[in-house]
Amino acid sequence: MSLTVAVGAAPRQNWLEKLGAGHIILAVALVLYPLVASDFFLTQIGGYSLIFGMLALSLMMLAGYGGMVSLAQITVAGIAAYAIAILGENNSNVLGLGWPWWIAAPFAILAAAVASALIGWISVRTEGIYTIMITLAIATATFYFAQQNYAIFNGHSGYAGIRAPVFWGVNWRDPKAFYYLCLGSAVLSYAGILYGARSTFGMTVQAIRDNPRRMRALGYHVTAHKVFAWFLAGIIAGVAGVLLVWFNGRVSPGTIGVDAAIDVLIIAVIGGLRHPIGPFLGALVVVLMQTFAIDLVGAERFNALIGLVFLVIVFISPDGILGLWGRIRPQLAQESLRSGP
Amino acid sequence: MRIHRRTLLALALATGLTAPSLALAADDTIKIGLLATFEGPFTVLGEDGERGAKTALDEVSGMVAGKKIEIVKGSSDASPDSAVRAARKLVEQDGVKVLVGPLSGDEGLAVKDYAKTQPTVTFINGTSAAQDTTLRNPAENFFRFSTDGAQWMAGLGTYAFNDKGYKRVATVAEDYSFPYTQVFGFMAEFCKAGGKVPSKSWVPIGNKDFSSVIAAIPDDVDAIYVALGGADAVNFLTQYQQGGGAAPLIGGSITVDQTVLTSKGKLRDVLVGTPSAGPTADTNDAPSWKTFVEAYKKQPGAFPSPSLFAHGYYVNMKATLLGLEQVGGDVADGGAKLRDALSKLSFDTPTGKVSLDKNRNAIADIYLTEVTEGPDGNLLNKLVKVVSQVNQTLGIPEDEFTKLGAVSRDNPSCP
Repeated sequence: MSLTVAVGAAPRQNWLEKLGAGHIILAVALVLYPLVASDFFLTQIGGYSLIFGMLALSLMMLAGYGGMVSLAQITVAGIAAYAIAILGENNSNVLGLGWPWWIAAPFAILAAAVASALIGWISVRTEGIYTIMITLAIATATFYFAQQNYAIFNGHSGYAGIRAPVFWGVNWRDPKAFYYLCLGSAVLSYAGILYGARSTFGMTVQAIRDNPRRMRALGYHVTAHKVFAWFLAGIIAGVAGVLLVWFNGRVSPGTIGVDAAIDVLIIAVIGGLRHPIGPFLGALVVVLMQTFAIDLVGAERFNALIGLVFLVIVFISPDGILGLWGRIRPQLAQESLRSGP
Repeated sequence: MRIHRRTLLALALATGLTAPSLALAADDTIKIGLLATFEGPFTVLGEDGERGAKTALDEVSGMVAGKKIEIVKGSSDASPDSAVRAARKLVEQDGVKVLVGPLSGDEGLAVKDYAKTQPTVTFINGTSAAQDTTLRNPAENFFRFSTDGAQWMAGLGTYAFNDKGYKRVATVAEDYSFPYTQVFGFMAEFCKAGGKVPSKSWVPIGNKDFSSVIAAIPDDVDAIYVALGGADAVNFLTQYQQGGGAAPLIGGSITVDQTVLTSKGKLRDVLVGTPSAGPTADTNDAPSWKTFVEAYKKQPGAFPSPSLFAHGYYVNMKATLLGLEQVGGDVADGGAKLRDALSKLSFDTPTGKVSLDKNRNAIADIYLTEVTEGPDGNLLNKLVKVVSQVNQTLGIPEDEFTKLGAVSRDNPSCP
């Protein structure tokens, strides 16, 4: 919890102090970001990082607090994305029930959460590498099913022509509006996880992570707690999935392929699993790398550069970028003592 | 102090996120985006596409109308999502006004949809060959100087029925828009000539085990039409041969190209004599083709003979450069003049004359070929016949052609 700001300090604080200076500055910077950023940086970097940050956040929540590493988070998001395409409108001439967004979106998120709980229910009796394997198997199976099923998933080409809703006089796919939509969703998820981690439920899940046998002996229903954690993670991944399909305007099996599943894991590992800010940092680094590496080293070797950077980060700091910060901070503090008045 | 340091971090973050958006082209250069598959299963094809584009660029020494051409590359992994993402980066971040690409079928459909949201940018196809990229619901600013997958099949269905005497043919193809288009092109002629297609198998890209597909092919077919690419083609052909299959083959345009013909093993016995059709032929004797092959071979890492991806990217890049030349490299008007010039453009390529129809799709020559053993033992596509000036509706009047319906797994059908 190296980045946690002003947690567990004096009991009587006003809400500003509780929030902490770091969060306030970060929030102001993120809110003002559209003033300086181009449309491309607003959506393709900003919005996209926030979406993948949320996806990795749902993984971080399961892995960091619950000790369950899941490779199926992109699958859960994909279920929400496909649900939007199927229930709302698309131009692929398959399904497209034309529900308004305010029914379709909550329904899609709920479907994702239920699917996530199901995945959790299947995998919750396994531990460690077996959880990874079983969720990878589910992700791969879903990918191939979507690729070959035409009645529901429309096969390889998937769905196109999905539009973000227009309401309150705002087209939510406009760069600024979409960025704020992503930011709002990300902040809610982030705050929800910060709060949830210290709630009774969050504490119980962490205790189960540390010693499931003892928790069971104390009378806790271990499986139910874990499955509910999966359900909550599914809500976050589902919101990310809805944003992703509004962002791309399309969804196809490639969106939920094994590459994407591994991307989410990489983001979480690069960012660090110890604090919910980690996934967002990781997403920013990964999205920037994937977008601009081709300009740095040319088309032939840019994936090698991306891999190399990830390798270096994980090599220097097994806890990802958060771990790096945790290492640098004591040194900075020393520095400031020396240079102080 | 804590606050102070965090402020610095936030500032650093904010500047880091906005600073790189300062890429402006100088007046004397024109930026062209080049979108191809530099990652994923089609990497080899994408790299050959780039060689083709570079060949066209080298012909004019990288200069058009006194301005230097700057190529900005974008990479996709053959999925439509990644193609749109790469196109967005080229257009919205790098500020290209002209974009050449993408490479594969579903990518083309996705980029066409994206093109509609960027009316001031001119999109010129790479080698994507799905029919509906231009036929149905086209984008005003998307041009295709290469032909589509159905056009590539011109002459093959008739040849298989009349000259080869195949009456019943099963098809095996990958499960996405480009092979649908290829099968459509083959069957349009083959069924019209009186042939029957009792069984169609669609396999996912990257399939490894074809045993169930092979088992499902009826015993009483005269030949198998195979439209698979790269590793998929090699895997299927190897397993079919090992399984004792003996029916002769008919090849899709990328099934019997150099990437498959150069593979090692017993495949060669199966492949010799396989008829196919496409926009190029290895043994084309035309001087313009030979000049092109020589120029192409100067590119680093070139194949013995340019693949149809090198050819497609060459033709489209060449058209782009000719269009830019005509308007003096001026795209300041949102490219209106350039698009006007492009839609009227008609020029000679290494494979004959190319012009555009009203949907901005190419009308060009198609080559009917047959696999033979070359003088030094390597397999080549021998030119059998040139089908001249094939249009997108394969010579059928447009309203009649669109009535045949959009290409799909089930259309056309003649069991």
